[in-house]
This record gives sequence, structure tokens and C-alpha cells, in this order.
Amino acid sequence: MNPLGLYAPGTSPLHRAPAGPKLLVLLVVVTLVVVRSDVGWLAGACGLVAVGYAVARPPWARVWQVARLLLVLAVFVGGLQLWLVGPQAAAVTVLSLVAALAAASLFTLTTRIDAVVAAVERGLGPLRRFGVRPERLGLLVGLTVQAVGTLAAIAASVREAAVARGAGRSPTAFAVPFVVRTLRHADELGEALAARGVGDEDADERTG
Amino acid sequence: MSDRPRAAAPAADLATTVVLAAFIAVLGLFPGVYVGASGVPIVVQNMGPFLAGVLVGARRAVFALLLLLALVAIGLPLLSGGRGGLAPFVGPSGGFLLGWILSALVSGLIAQRARRPGLPLLLLAAFAGLVADYLVGIPWLAVYTGSWSTAVTGSLVFVPGDLAKVVIAALVASLVHRALPGRLVGRT
Repeated sequence: MNPLGLYAPGTSPLHRAPAGPKLLVLLVVVTLVVVRSDVGWLAGACGLVAVGYAVARPPWARVWQVARLLLVLAVFVGGLQLWLVGPQAAAVTVLSLVAALAAASLFTLTTRIDAVVAAVERGLGPLRRFGVRPERLGLLVGLTVQAVGTLAAIAASVREAAVARGAGRSPTAFAVPFVVRTLRHADELGEALAARGVGDEDADERTG
Repeated sequence: MSDRPRAAAPAADLATTVVLAAFIAVLGLFPGVYVGASGVPIVVQNMGPFLAGVLVGARRAVFALLLLLALVAIGLPLLSGGRGGLAPFVGPSGGFLLGWILSALVSGLIAQRARRPGLPLLLLAAFAGLVADYLVGIPWLAVYTGSWSTAVTGSLVFVPGDLAKVVIAALVASLVHRALPGRLVGRT
């Protein structure tokens, strides 16, 4: 698994399209697909998304990943619908499901995370007058990705310790030390951030 | 959630938010556990929201969930099974994802009613958090499948596993609160 996101590099027109407008198009497509319930129209939408994949040409392994998920969902949800409601409803559900999920995955596959962050920061710009600071988003992304790595390492060492004590099968023997060390890590990170002046600007917020 | 928009959290709040979001993401790294004869794997990640709520209280837990879901939405593979991007939100179980926010809020609000919550209160809080998630998730699923019966039937298989997670979360939280007291309302 790629730890830096689900983006698959490429040079297609879809890759080069700016992230903001691309996100808007995606939102429109998904809304239409969920609202409309005409089988022919939905099949057309699926076809359109398939053309998108043909243009973007993501690696086969990634396409297969998406397809497998869609297949499992289509069989599960479609099967339930067929059994409980009827073929018409099942077809509508499966088609809108496939179109919406495939379109959303296509966006994620063709858009770099920093491009999405930049687009969202721009989009949230007008909220600045209400006290929202969009530029925090980049900092949060970086800190969280780093924390995932740290906590995964903590989880591994706690697990080893539990196994060494012969408590490998007890959920609390693992979970309690893991949670305690997680919260301690939060304290350390808080001190490190405070030492670098993060959050100072609005220390008065604390009383709120 | 606080009534007014917050400019940004001070360092300790920011750190708790970030680390808890990462914590729930790491819960998604654990493989599913098969319990008993049911063929449905029990994934531990969805105990994250109400566990966060009963650990650090409503406000910080809600911020952590908002952050986690925002990171998932922009394309980081932080959901269990390495899923991420916008697809999980528009799918049939998207309501259960958004319900995590309500779940953290409800469980946190109940747990922080006591300064030193005991196991019964933590159990109640975690259970209420789970119910809150279902209250968002099932109607969403019903919109997708077009029928309430399908949505409810499809969700029933997860109930036993989720109840087990409520018990584990409450147990873990009660032991953690004994080790590190004073976490629920933020350290002052």
C-alpha cells in the first residue's frame, strides 16, 4: 500500500485538470447519479465514467482494486434488493452505486493530495472573515501523517510486549497500554507544538 | 461541538486532535477478527469514534473525527483496508462514516457528565455513541437501497460485533481513566 495516498501519477488530461473545478464536476455527477432513477440514464453515466478511466489510464492493479470493491458491493446490495424489492430497483441501485463510486475513485486516483489541499484552502478562503484559517489544513495533514507512523510503531511495540508476557490474546492487555501511550504521545506533541509557538496566537481561546 | 467557529485549537488541543485522528486511522490497520461462527469480520476501526468520545470528551473527539474524515476525503488511505478518497462517503455505508462525528459527540457528552466516570456510565456513553452512528447510517443506506427493510436487514449482521466493541471500549476507557485521570474535560 502506498502510504502517501491513493494518487496514481500520470500525464492524462484528467491528471492535468485543476483540482478545484474537477472536484465541482465530481460533486455534480455524484448528485445527479444519486437523484436520477432512470436505468438508461444511469447506464450512460457509467459509460461516461468508464471513458474517464480510459483517458486517465491508471495502473491495472489500481483499477482492479476499485473494480473488486464495486463488484463486492454490487453483488451484496444488488442481491439484497433483488430479493427484497425487485429487479428494477436492484438495477437502479447497482448502476448508481457503480457510477458514483467509480467517479469518486477516479478523482482520487488522478488528483495529488497537495493539489486537493490547495484547492480546499482556496475554496475556504472566504470563510477567513469568520475566523477559519484554511492554511492550517496543510499543517494538520503533515502532523497527522507523521502521527500515524509514530502510533503504528507504538502499537507494534506494545503488541510485542503483550505477547512476551503471554497475554497475546487478551484485548485489554494490548489496548490499555496502547491507548495510554497514545495519550502520552499527544501530550509530548502538544508540548513540542507549544514550544514552537503553535497555538500561541489564540491562547485566549482556551477559556472558551 | 462549540457554538461559535473556533479560530484554531491551542497546542494541547491541536495535538490531541491530531493524535486521536491518527489513533483511529491506526485502528484501521488491524486485520478483522472473526468471532464465533458468523462470517462477518469484526473490524476494530469503527469503535474509534465512541472510544475517542469516552476518552477525551465531546469537543476534542469531534475535532479528531472531523480531521480524520477530511483527510480520508482528500485521498489518504486511512480507513480500514486502506480505503480512502471520496468514494467511501458517496457509497451506501457513507452514512455510517458521517455518523462517526455524531457518535463521538454523543458518547463524549455523556461520559463527561462525571468527573471520574465509572464503568456503567462509560458503557452507557459508548452504547449511545453506537446508536447515534446507526441513526445516521441506516437512513442513508435506506436512501441508497430504496427500502427501509433492506437497510435494517443489511445492518443487523453487524450488531453483535458492535455491541462487543462497546463493551471493550468502555472497559479500556475505565482502565485508562484510572491510569491517566482528568482527560475528559481537557487538562487545565
